Amino acid sequence: MDEPLIQLQGVSFGYGNDLVLEDVDLTVRRGEYLGLIGPNGSGKTTLLKLVLGSLKGVSRGEVRLFGVPAGAFSDWWKIGYVAQKAAAFNTGFPATVEEVVLTGRAARRGLLRLYSREDRHRAAEALEQVGMLALRDRLVGHLSGGQQQRVFIARALVSGPELLIMDEPTVGVDVHAEGQFYELIRHLRRQMGLTVVLVSHDIGAVGHEVTSLACLNRRLFYHGSPADFGTEEQMCELYGHQVRAVQHHHHR
Amino acid sequence: MLELFAFAFMQRALLAGAMVAVICPAIGLFLVLRRMGQFGDALAHVSLAGVAAGMLMQAYPVAIGLAFSVAAALGMDWFRQSYKRYGELSVAIMLSASMGLAVVLLSIAADRGAGAGGVLSYLFGSLMTVTALDLYVIGGLGLLVLLTLLLLYKELLAITFDEEHARVSGLPVGLVNTIYMVLTAAVVAMAMRVVGVLVVSGLVVVPVATALQVARSFRGAFAISVGAGLLAMLVGLVVSSALNLAPGGVVVLTAVAILLVVAGYKRIRGLA
Repeated sequence: MDEPLIQLQGVSFGYGNDLVLEDVDLTVRRGEYLGLIGPNGSGKTTLLKLVLGSLKGVSRGEVRLFGVPAGAFSDWWKIGYVAQKAAAFNTGFPATVEEVVLTGRAARRGLLRLYSREDRHRAAEALEQVGMLALRDRLVGHLSGGQQQRVFIARALVSGPELLIMDEPTVGVDVHAEGQFYELIRHLRRQMGLTVVLVSHDIGAVGHEVTSLACLNRRLFYHGSPADFGTEEQMCELYGHQVRAVQHHHHR
Repeated sequence: MLELFAFAFMQRALLAGAMVAVICPAIGLFLVLRRMGQFGDALAHVSLAGVAAGMLMQAYPVAIGLAFSVAAALGMDWFRQSYKRYGELSVAIMLSASMGLAVVLLSIAADRGAGAGGVLSYLFGSLMTVTALDLYVIGGLGLLVLLTLLLLYKELLAITFDEEHARVSGLPVGLVNTIYMVLTAAVVAMAMRVVGVLVVSGLVVVPVATALQVARSFRGAFAISVGAGLLAMLVGLVVSSALNLAPGGVVVLTAVAILLVVAGYKRIRGLA
């Protein structure tokens, strides 16, 4: 079995008495391409925050990253992250594409140090990977939404991560850009052997791409091959009353 | 009129002014991009309250002003958490509170016949009375600020652009923010001694606004902010001494004039 990069064991998390996550066991292994799906309010974001270290302290259970308990983990550069609202930044911000991508290396370079030639080289490489090298000197606010998303993916890649986590990456992106996005992820997995976690509320699109699916709605309902998932009962169990809305979402 | 600059007091004014004109916009760029542009103004007023307290206590006013300013900057960060959605509201509250405090303290000081005249110099600056000691303090602090900004440049840019991502990527966001806040407070308190509350607020914001009109990169925005601040200070000092006007006012008006020229040029070029 490949090395586990993310391990959640019996994780419960709650605000006050309400459990947002209940007894979740989930392991993501090196090389996996996982789609983490669930309706709004299913705890996806909370789970993500626990893995990214922006929420600390589970009520019960344990989170391990690269085999290390999350509280003691410090190699954050190994995890690249693209937030859902990454493209909702201040578009008047005076920074070039290259300057934005370089910020992804700041933590790895270390405090009180200037960017080195290597950092710039890595930034160029990451921009090449996402096909944005030609626009490196452009102001990031002047790009299209799809291009901005590529810049933020490059920022996540520039630290040389082994795991890439993306939160609702295709929300607010048109169908053409969505196709390009999945193509890019396939390319990155082939080229860099990245382990990828895609968080989405949309089973339809994600299900065709990923190598495994995890379905969350406070508890983990399913974790396995996308081919074996999708029976009517499982959908109902996962989405409950929202099933109509979700199916409606699939019509294109 | 240029022979004026042969005088030592004028040279000191020029040097101190130049240093202030460089560090205020350098600090201000990050403030403005965090939508905290008014923060410099509020801190300047807090420092004023500190100066008034210092006069009452018969302590070195600048030191008390500095202490007030640093305390306010740190308190502000905490305050901002509780008014997350109304960041500008907490700044406004701080501004009114400090003005109220300053006025009360000053009226007590005036009753006791202590230094009411001195206060004016903090409101409007006293560039022409900068002493050699002042110059060393401002020069030393200025270099310290510039060095820190250089060393924390990549962290500050990362945090200013996207605080959430900076945190997730493993940057010590809290620590960098605290250092930056203390730095800002120190700059404002020191600059106030030289150029006054009015000019500090102006120099923190106006040159940055100029840069945002035309910058094609963050590095460019930094350079233009500092350049515009420096230009406003030099032109303002020369003009004010030639026409015998209040230097602070002329410096700020010059900065605004530069902004208008640049914005106008951009508008015209955009139409063409």
